Amino acid sequence: MSQPDYGDISKNGLWHNNPALVQLLGLCPLLAVSNTLINGLGLGIATTMVLVGSNISVSFVRHWIPKEIRIPVFVMMIASFVTNTQLLMNAFTYELYLVLGIFIPLIVTNCTIIGRAEAFASKNGIIPSFIDGLMQGIGFSTVLVLLGALREFMGQGTLFAGADQLFGEWASVLTIHLYQVDQSFLFALLPPGAFFALGLLIAGKNIIDKRLQSRAHQTTQVTSAKPEVS
Amino acid sequence: MLARSIYKNSAILAAFALLSIGLIAVFHFFTKDKIAAEMQAKLARTLNELVPANQYNNDVYHDCLELDSNGLLAQKELTRFYRMYQDETPVASIFTVNAPDGYSGNIELIVGIYADQSLAGVRVINHNETPGLGDKIEKQKSDWILQFEGLSLTKVEAENWRVKKDGGTFDAFTGATITPRAVLKAIANALQYFKNNQQIIFTSSKNCGVNHEST
Repeated sequence: MSQPDYGDISKNGLWHNNPALVQLLGLCPLLAVSNTLINGLGLGIATTMVLVGSNISVSFVRHWIPKEIRIPVFVMMIASFVTNTQLLMNAFTYELYLVLGIFIPLIVTNCTIIGRAEAFASKNGIIPSFIDGLMQGIGFSTVLVLLGALREFMGQGTLFAGADQLFGEWASVLTIHLYQVDQSFLFALLPPGAFFALGLLIAGKNIIDKRLQSRAHQTTQVTSAKPEVS
Repeated sequence: MLARSIYKNSAILAAFALLSIGLIAVFHFFTKDKIAAEMQAKLARTLNELVPANQYNNDVYHDCLELDSNGLLAQKELTRFYRMYQDETPVASIFTVNAPDGYSGNIELIVGIYADQSLAGVRVINHNETPGLGDKIEKQKSDWILQFEGLSLTKVEAENWRVKKDGGTFDAFTGATITPRAVLKAIANALQYFKNNQQIIFTSSKNCGVNHEST
């Protein structure tokens, strides 16, 4: 078996096969929780923890599980990791746990996790699976944080509001009031704004991809020095 | 052959179920004390925000009473009353009230009332009101909820616990009338209930709290 390329795995998780922007998985928590940057970051970290844990353990036991029962076993392992993450958040980030509420147990229904377990971890070694889980998690978290920042900024004119819920009391100084609003911009804070913002992010990614592609195309044209035929 | 593979698969599934449960049990064991401490700290912060800790000297977390409000506080279950005393003299009680007629369902409030029947304060602990409009009942969003401190049914009569639009005393806030209307009604209910049941609340022996939950 050929050695998997960690660079490719990372690029896939972060960009080419980003769970939120390309696979469009896990949209329910993505759209519901991304109303502030900190909420997005909190759920992103929790999801990444579960992804890494489930990927490693699925990869570890992949030779012992008959393929007929692999899905129930994966679901059970993921559920266990989610519950443990929930307990940890309840213990160490209690305020954030209260804010995220039902969306922590709902990580179990995030298709990214079972998707990576099935598509990657059950076919690859432990270290590649770890990298894949981590990178997919970071890819998902990045989109959550971007979306959260965008909506928080447009909706209430702040960034890092509620940072103390995640990092403790000292972090309340991190909150940045960029501008004062009398009436917060509801569209950004409510779910429709989330769909809209996610759409913009996906469009942005596609534009960048297209630019890169056409540049690569031009380079090949220059090097091969073919006349353009339209 | 088929039976054998069923046995084998069942055994593997069972083994993984046990493993998963075992893992959760381990995490539960190591986090349960911390979680209980966090919950108590949160309760303490909420209670102290309404009635400052220097006004009473009893162990309030272990001194609570559950009563059936017969629907007056609009709760399906028993209402839990935390009671503060200074050397056996009743100082205040803090309990939850539900406003069932918010714009999007229930608004849960926590209300502190002093023994002289004046309000120590009101806070919203749970609601689904529209962000940006109805959520101004949160202390983080607006000062609206702070205006009730010190008020009582003697200062503002029961029928005046309404928004100005309905002929009452209080301002609603821009963009929302239903939410403040529901909150005001719930506060008035809480004051009325406290007035009628003050004796029971302060003299009954405790029937809940941290010590009781473990038994």
